[in-house]
Amino acid sequence: MLIVSCPNCGITAEETEFHAHGEAHITRHTVGSSDDQMETYLFMRKNPKGVHFERWRHQNGCGKWFHMARDTMTLEVFGTYSAQTYNPPKDLLAEIDAKRPGWRDVS
Amino acid sequence: MSTRLATGGRLINKSNTVKFRFNGKHMHGYEGDTLASALLANDQMLVGRSFKYHRPRGIVAAGPEEPNALVNLGSEGKFEPNARVTTTELFDGLRAESQNHWPSLEFDVGAINKHLSRFLPAGFYYKMFIHPRPLWKHVYEPIIRHSAGLGRAPKTRDEDTYEHFYAFCDVLVVGGGVAGLEAARAAALSGARVIVLEQTAHWGGRTPVDGGEIDGAPAQTWIDATLAQLAGMQNVTLRTRTMGAGVYDHGYVLGYEQLTDHDPDKPGPRHRLWRIRAGHVITATGAIERPLSFAGNDIPGVMLAAAVRDYVVNFGVSVGDRTVVVTNNDDAYHTAFALKHAGLDVPAILDARDIKQDSEVMTQARALGIRVMMGHAISSVKGGKRVTGVTVCAQAGEGAVLEEISCDAVAMSGGWSPVVHLWSHCGGKLIWDEVNACFSPDPDRPPKGADGGQFVSTAGAASGSFQLDDALNDAFAAADGTLRCLGMKLPREAKAAKGSRREEAPMAPVWLMPQGASVKLREKAWLDYQNDVKVSDVRLAAQEGFVSVEHAKRYTTLGMATDQGKLSNINGLATLANALGEAIPNVGTTTFRPPYHPISMASIGGEARDAVFQPIRRTPMHDWHDANGAEWEPVGQWRRPYAYRRGGESTHDAVSNEVKNTRENMGLLDASTLGKLIVKGPDAGKFLDMLYTNMMSTLKIGKCRYGLMCNDNGFLIDDGVVARIDEDTWLCHTTTGGAESIHAHMEEWLQTEWWDWKVYVANVTEQFAQIAVVGPNARKALEKLGGMDVSKEALGFMEWADGEIGGFKCRVYRISFSGELSYEIAVNASVGLAFWEALMAVGEDLGLRPYGTEALHILRAEKGFIMIGDETDGTVIPQDLNLHWALSKKKEDYLGKRAHLRSHMADPNRWKLVGLETVDGAVLPDGAYAVGTGKNDNGQRNMIGRVTSSYYSPTLDKGIAMGLVHNGPDRMGEVLEFPGTDGVTYSARIVDPVFYDKEGEKQNV
Amino acid sequence: MSDPVSALKNATYVADIAEIKEVGPVGMITLRGDLASKPVQKACMTAAGLKIPQQRHCFTQDGNSIAWMSPDEVLIICAYDDVAAMLGKLNNALKGSHALAANVSDARAVFDVSGPSAREVMAKLAPVDLDPSQFTAGMFRRTRIAQVPAAFWMPQEDMFRVICFRSVAQYVFDVLGVAAQPGSEVGVFRR
Repeated sequence: MLIVSCPNCGITAEETEFHAHGEAHITRHTVGSSDDQMETYLFMRKNPKGVHFERWRHQNGCGKWFHMARDTMTLEVFGTYSAQTYNPPKDLLAEIDAKRPGWRDVS
Repeated sequence: MSTRLATGGRLINKSNTVKFRFNGKHMHGYEGDTLASALLANDQMLVGRSFKYHRPRGIVAAGPEEPNALVNLGSEGKFEPNARVTTTELFDGLRAESQNHWPSLEFDVGAINKHLSRFLPAGFYYKMFIHPRPLWKHVYEPIIRHSAGLGRAPKTRDEDTYEHFYAFCDVLVVGGGVAGLEAARAAALSGARVIVLEQTAHWGGRTPVDGGEIDGAPAQTWIDATLAQLAGMQNVTLRTRTMGAGVYDHGYVLGYEQLTDHDPDKPGPRHRLWRIRAGHVITATGAIERPLSFAGNDIPGVMLAAAVRDYVVNFGVSVGDRTVVVTNNDDAYHTAFALKHAGLDVPAILDARDIKQDSEVMTQARALGIRVMMGHAISSVKGGKRVTGVTVCAQAGEGAVLEEISCDAVAMSGGWSPVVHLWSHCGGKLIWDEVNACFSPDPDRPPKGADGGQFVSTAGAASGSFQLDDALNDAFAAADGTLRCLGMKLPREAKAAKGSRREEAPMAPVWLMPQGASVKLREKAWLDYQNDVKVSDVRLAAQEGFVSVEHAKRYTTLGMATDQGKLSNINGLATLANALGEAIPNVGTTTFRPPYHPISMASIGGEARDAVFQPIRRTPMHDWHDANGAEWEPVGQWRRPYAYRRGGESTHDAVSNEVKNTRENMGLLDASTLGKLIVKGPDAGKFLDMLYTNMMSTLKIGKCRYGLMCNDNGFLIDDGVVARIDEDTWLCHTTTGGAESIHAHMEEWLQTEWWDWKVYVANVTEQFAQIAVVGPNARKALEKLGGMDVSKEALGFMEWADGEIGGFKCRVYRISFSGELSYEIAVNASVGLAFWEALMAVGEDLGLRPYGTEALHILRAEKGFIMIGDETDGTVIPQDLNLHWALSKKKEDYLGKRAHLRSHMADPNRWKLVGLETVDGAVLPDGAYAVGTGKNDNGQRNMIGRVTSSYYSPTLDKGIAMGLVHNGPDRMGEVLEFPGTDGVTYSARIVDPVFYDKEGEKQNV
Repeated sequence: MSDPVSALKNATYVADIAEIKEVGPVGMITLRGDLASKPVQKACMTAAGLKIPQQRHCFTQDGNSIAWMSPDEVLIICAYDDVAAMLGKLNNALKGSHALAANVSDARAVFDVSGPSAREVMAKLAPVDLDPSQFTAGMFRRTRIAQVPAAFWMPQEDMFRVICFRSVAQYVFDVLGVAAQPGSEVGVFRR
């Protein structure tokens, strides 16, 4: 069972306070988008073995959403960050680059 | 015979006699005994029968690794099967019964299996019970069921209670032996918060038995002093009778505390499951001695050498008068010395090693007059229900008997294996230690935690450091390393405790005794006592191609019993490796999974049982419903009245009467469970237009509108009435199940997609008790109570108003889910019951009768109103339910809009909502499928529709239903066939889903 | 209008190790808004005489409390009868600002858990580090109690005030009772 740090309320707590909501940074496609774009948006997920960016909610806590960068194999947590962003923070990406060279080629 | 000695026994208090019963026989022991030591003190060598062959079995070990001695403990509400006698502390009045025999322990019919053992080899079950197939159900399964399992399952409710405890620390030390205490001491000096768990009732582990000095004093002196020091530290928590059961991700550890097992009359919970979050875990879990594989090594009286020593030193119990020691290492000699010291006879030490130069212990043994036979082995053990002697052979040969030694006990030692379980649970890897012939933790491949760093270390014998000085140094180093991982530091003056050291000759691995044992001997050389796996079985598995250790394990069942192979795994692996001609490390180990030792299921459940098994949500009127005949229906965690039975009514009649009465007079429904979400802000209208398929921004203040919600996949997820409260505030009703999920859904879109929109949402579901006042007399009742104007003119259909009724401040919504004149009235929850009672009182003369969820369903179904969860199942879109009118064409976008254009969604062949009416008035089975012509690719009849809701309509006195049917709306009048699971095929006609008051006149009065 | 009734009518459970009492009805207003903004801060001060608390803290003054719920939400706790007036003042002060204030007094149940083992009773049910060195008076924690969401703080040492949803009041009262059963002291929190 993971421990998770919520960037919104500053709590570090066990997973039972939280809920995972799958892959992060997915672009919403809608009216005007092609069928392929819709398929990608609705169904296509990376499911990598390794570095993964996820959406989480502090469900039994402050109730807020946030993002988490995590290794799906080792369960190492690289960091958590605001849900109000389209991309992971640069310094976090740099940290992941240092810890998992070449991860971008895989995931 | 095994007996209590006149002297000795460091853990027992001979001034306090304890009475207990084994298989009905009265026995006595002493305070401080385990059930094992007490049984042995009463010469109870035979304690159980083995699982497969029902062989007589005795106690082999003195700790949790015991494979044989499992008993049923207690009775009725305190009954516990498969209790290990070695870990069961004796208490006055204890009752134990042996397992797995019939009719008695002494005479067991199942033991016939042992004569069939050559016909019951590895994989027997897989081979035997495959064919012929029909025999499985009526012959094989009942036989296997009868003979499978060890203890009996309890039949009575467990009368004890259990609990969890959340604990947090920097350093968790598992194991309270000298290594654990030293690691804890060192770690605690830094100020770190330390918890130390010890599975037994005693600190110090094996060292007080094994001897040695620490810091120049007897080990026990150091143990006492260190304990006192730890107990005095604010930052240290010490727990005995608490086992570290499992290590999980991110420093999560389960500790299993047995609070009353040793004292069942003590008040309080029986077990407490510690849910510990540790910054770092140090496992100081010691080591377990390995048996030797020789013929007859399972006969009662053959015991691990260290266990024999434990019983003498700790409990003053001798296993036998004449004990032959058989070993491949120096440590077992100390058992011989302990026996000699207690005045017992050791006719010989059979040492399988070929060592020319005597080591210290060998010299000492010879000095004590013990016959030390180097290079010798046991050919076979003599005896049935207890040992009568051993035949001696050369270890190097095939077992030719050189002589026979009469004895009544055998103390065996095949070397020691570190307890690596907790290290391995979360991914710690092992390396093969050639010197000690065991798997040890590989410090370079530790378990890794949340930050990617090491979070488990080992200390002492668990690291493979078997000498006292090594163990203490290792423990100190483990604490030092742990603190570094945590960014903490040992104080500069901290020093490791100094342990003494023994000069020992190296051990020599012995995986089979004698080395070239014949098939006949191998068939009697047990590896796994509990599951009756022999050397010959593992060899057969290898021969049949089970080369993977995980496959061989499952094929032979080696290590699969409740002891999880604590004694058998390494010997089994070595046997497999030998058979495969591989090195042991190449064969590898099986996976270590928690728990280390079985824990009670109830401790996992903790407090969650009986009334608090799960949360039950109650409305403010719950107790009134309960007192007035409510039959409960679980709706999520809520309990809602299904119907209120009056007088002698059946439930079915109660439902019918509630429906009829509501249509004719007046009904009352507790609608408090419906979700109520306030959505407010300058962008609230825009936001709701995105969430609902229809337009909400244009709703006038004071008005209500029914709305549909889809997810972005286009599927219906919720529906409900939305009320516009003021310029920037809306109140959204959700379904009962949707209150939390739709609130979360709204927050999700606001926080993760449209975070710049100015909208706030508040879930006020439970602030209000909401009561639906329904039926032709509804207005009369409200007017009688007095207050706000509820006339058609003042409060029209689909309008709402704030006001007061009968002195209750309320908000009244004129909405209807029944097709009748209906007011849904929200009052503060704290006066909900009072308001309900006021309505009941005023309605007495107006034919008022409350109704439950089943009447609610029938009332809506008669009107053709859909229900989320009945007509929808996560794959249904509004178009399927002919709800096109609720799909805004004016809005550019809303959740699901684009998805509805996807090819499958826009497919004209989707099943569509229709009404269904059986030709004979019967009620269609809910969920039944309509069958068409032809067959699908799987040879099944083609399905052309299914029933989504089906009821008996009291209003129409016939069965009515709704369903989704292929081209349904175009097939009005057509009769479809619905085969039921009851063998009856129902015929139903496709009709308009609105069965009652098609014009909607009744609700709009 | 009838008198308001709390969910469990002030039910009490007394054991050696802790006492559990449902208190209430208690006034509660949820306020969502930009906590750093002047209007929101001024509204809290005007309506309740309270400053916005630090992250995860509960601040009490003159019988009224204000708890930090999330980055854009506080909970004002006051006498039940004061809610309407306070809500009126809040809404007045917040006119023209984007904020949401709602009465949630009746949506909740409130318990006091007190006694020498109060910390242990709570630590059996909530996955929170309640060591005296880690959780102190003035801190406010939203978490779960057994299987339901809850929030609590310590108005004083040896006493927790617990808030949960009204519908699960009985459940929370019952699990607290199991956790406080006689003989179940853990004996770990030392001061």
